Amino acid sequence: MIMAVSPSLICNAAGERLELEPTGAWTTAHSEALEALVTGVAERVAAARKLAINMAGVRELDTLGAWLLEKLIRSCDDRGIEAQFQALPDRYRGLLDEVRRVNRGVAEKPRSQTKLIVWLEMVGRAAIDLKADFITFLEMLAALSFAIARVVMRPQTFRLTSAVHHLYRVGWQAIPIMFLITFLIGSIIAQQGIFHFRKFGADAYVVDMVGILVLREIGVLIVSIMVAGRSGSAYTAELGSMKMREEIDALRTMGFDPVEVLILPRVLALVIALPILAFLGSMAALYGGGLVAWLYGGMSPEIFMARLQESVSITHFQVGIIKSPFMALVIGIVACSEGLRVKGSAESLGLQTTNSVVKAIFLVIVLDGAFAIFFASIGM
Amino acid sequence: MASPETDIVIRVRDLVVGFGSQVVLDHLSLDVQRGEILGLVGASGGGKSVLLRTIIGLIPKRAGNIEVMGLDRDTADPEETRAVERRWGILFQQGALFSSLTVRQNIQFPMREGHHLSQGLMDELANAKLEMVGLTLSDGNKFPSELSGGMVKRAALARALALDPEIMFLDEPTSGLDPILAGDFDTLIRTLQKTLGFTVFMVTHDLHSLHAVCDRIAALADGKIVAIGPIAELLASDHPWVKSYFQGKRARVITRATN
Repeated sequence: MIMAVSPSLICNAAGERLELEPTGAWTTAHSEALEALVTGVAERVAAARKLAINMAGVRELDTLGAWLLEKLIRSCDDRGIEAQFQALPDRYRGLLDEVRRVNRGVAEKPRSQTKLIVWLEMVGRAAIDLKADFITFLEMLAALSFAIARVVMRPQTFRLTSAVHHLYRVGWQAIPIMFLITFLIGSIIAQQGIFHFRKFGADAYVVDMVGILVLREIGVLIVSIMVAGRSGSAYTAELGSMKMREEIDALRTMGFDPVEVLILPRVLALVIALPILAFLGSMAALYGGGLVAWLYGGMSPEIFMARLQESVSITHFQVGIIKSPFMALVIGIVACSEGLRVKGSAESLGLQTTNSVVKAIFLVIVLDGAFAIFFASIGM
Repeated sequence: MASPETDIVIRVRDLVVGFGSQVVLDHLSLDVQRGEILGLVGASGGGKSVLLRTIIGLIPKRAGNIEVMGLDRDTADPEETRAVERRWGILFQQGALFSSLTVRQNIQFPMREGHHLSQGLMDELANAKLEMVGLTLSDGNKFPSELSGGMVKRAALARALALDPEIMFLDEPTSGLDPILAGDFDTLIRTLQKTLGFTVFMVTHDLHSLHAVCDRIAALADGKIVAIGPIAELLASDHPWVKSYFQGKRARVITRATN
């Protein structure tokens, strides 16, 4: 390997003629020095009436060095001044010719915008995206309804194996984590209730609070959020990677409807699994509440059960369970349509999976609010 | 100024590479000379890519010696290794462009590391590389996911060229391209190799590429280099695998066409 010699640039002015003599290694390794050298002579080059660059002393040359020299020549060409290389070794000729060819066009500069315009553009795009999301949701709902109608008319086309498989995954396998989380939430609510209610001697009403809160809201809400994070993201990632590898296109060309084959069994599995999980979750939360009331609040299990029976009616339980299939439907539709939106790259897969979870959780909470208004107005 | 000895830029001696009980490369030796384009052929799954990846240090070897530009990884310190790594460029089979960066940022990525270039100069250099590989300046603003297969290869080549490497490793540069694009790509590699004067180590299956651009061809079979030399020598080789490769039905059509 040739020892790299630090570069230099000698200026010889003879009248109006300027002769530059670059020496040493004009390579990327010395980029900093080279940029400084070339900037240093720019003024004198600008004043010269004639420019010659003597290449005899250049030991090494790469694209960077060639481009810096070419820029000097080009600055003279622009002013109509004669400029050329002298004593040019053959081995550099090809590279200099190549560099002469490039960077002629003007690269389109990204338009510079004020912050306000950027912000407004962002808001506008978000609004359009929101509309697109809404339409995608409705489209998926419609496609799903058609698929259900077709399956009802020809039951033999239903993918039972697939549906059972997904039911196993999103239902059975999810039970331990749902138990744990809802048990903890129930315990925490009871503990907080006892701690604060005790101040004004109302700790007996903790049972009412735990019972109603868990059965009406917390049980189904916590479980839905967990399912959106656990199973919704899995659906998006699965369908997304199938989309990436063109599996969905393959299905379509073979005459299968991806909604019928892939999405219906998944959504159906969720719709069946979520009420079961919500029920089990609510029971675990009540158990946790009862345990805390006993160990921390000193309320015997018999009293807890008796008070629970008094305070909780079947209506509260119904309110919670009626909501759950709708939550499942929303989670399933969002997860599947986000999955189908994945484009070619792995990055887009990650993005859509995140989107899927965020949107599903958001919609679950909005839906819960809507249900609260609905049930209140019908007096449940 | 350089003796014939130092003109060998890649020297592989008795290389053994294996996975589990399977030995992929079995006491393989190979020299690549400065300024040549060496094509490596071999059966699918025969260890071509393994050899390339072992030379560039992605796969550990079991035995043997590898020297790249006079540097042996086993004895070199990390600083020296990095210095050598900056002097080679690698074109991966799928391009391996960073998907979160635009094409221009991809090309500038190696420039940022260890060099202090002004942003203006980096933009100009990136544009120069873009044009050298036949992309337009506006392609530089695109993200890899917006490029077609041929453009990905070109963009990846531009990134490999970013620091004017002395050795280019190309892993199946023309795979997945149509014959016209593949032909263009061959010409491009040949032209760039002439202007920039680097050495090329190319893994390929493309018989056209072998005829059009390679100075020498190495044939890998049974974990060894069984034949090496200009195309004419390989055509005359009587190793059974080399024979069936270069004198099979597909190969004969091309040989006839190029003669």
